[in-house]
Amino acid sequence: MFYIYCPHCGEHREEEEFHAKGQAHLARPLDPDNCTDHEWGEYLYMRKNPRGLHHELWIHATGCRKFFNMTRDTVSYEIKEVYKVGERPTVVAAS
Amino acid sequence: MSDIIAPTKPAAVEAAPVATVALMDQLPSADIRAESPLYHADLATVAKQGPKTGGVTLQEHKLLGHLVIRGNQDNAGFLAGARAVLGFDLPTQPLTAAEDGALSVRWIAPDEWLVIMPGKEAFELENRLRAAMSGHVAIVNVSGGQTVLELSGPDARAVLKKSTPYDVHDRNFPVGKVVTTVFAKSQAVIRRTGEQNWELVIRRSFADYLWLWLQDACAEFGLVVKD
Repeated sequence: MFYIYCPHCGEHREEEEFHAKGQAHLARPLDPDNCTDHEWGEYLYMRKNPRGLHHELWIHATGCRKFFNMTRDTVSYEIKEVYKVGERPTVVAAS
Repeated sequence: MSDIIAPTKPAAVEAAPVATVALMDQLPSADIRAESPLYHADLATVAKQGPKTGGVTLQEHKLLGHLVIRGNQDNAGFLAGARAVLGFDLPTQPLTAAEDGALSVRWIAPDEWLVIMPGKEAFELENRLRAAMSGHVAIVNVSGGQTVLELSGPDARAVLKKSTPYDVHDRNFPVGKVVTTVFAKSQAVIRRTGEQNWELVIRRSFADYLWLWLQDACAEFGLVVKD
């Protein structure tokens, strides 16, 4: 079980209250009518599956029902950081 | 880092008036019978015939008016309008509540509050809030969709411990705090109203299930139903 800090409620809650919503920071194509099938397919289906740091979108589903982002280590399952949508992560993988 | 996109939050719209919406008084006439979500359980009869002493007391505060208010905390016209009508500030601190007599407000999310008042006042209060608030605001009367249960007594906390993963210890859940959390695999807004008093706001569709759950969970302590 994760014990997750909700940045909106300002306290830790059980994982049971949350849902993972997949990879964070996905940018919808600004002009979807004119993007190629490849670009649209990349946006819709192609997701990262890193070994190590991963930025994910989560929702506090039974609490405040707000979305937020989480940086998690997919090897150790350690939650490195939780931050609001619109903010930039401070913990990022070395490129 | 180039693939990390973080859109900025749009500024609150302050000047725009509240949009025209179709309003409906959900209690058009006093002679129309209203049924609470636990009407079928006939709690009045259970209260009369059931035990009078026990570790947990359950009471349904039925047919209250429930309004969901949504708006941006950065919008001064929204907060000022709420203060003018309610007589006190919206609780902007997370997990807090404010109340004055029969009127109470619970923080639900950074842009959402639940106001509960006597059922007959809901429509009038909704209209006054709508007139007083400006900007991007939503007010919805959800009175028919949920009901309020009060658990009290020396074993009320033990029942909560069986029902929710949330830590209900004094150190984490002082009197006055409000949390929206998992309750018996369903969801409830739990507010501590006293040392031994807990208020649950539950959904209509889960009311029967939770009534059955609470009867089972309270059985070992002795459940007293109060009308």
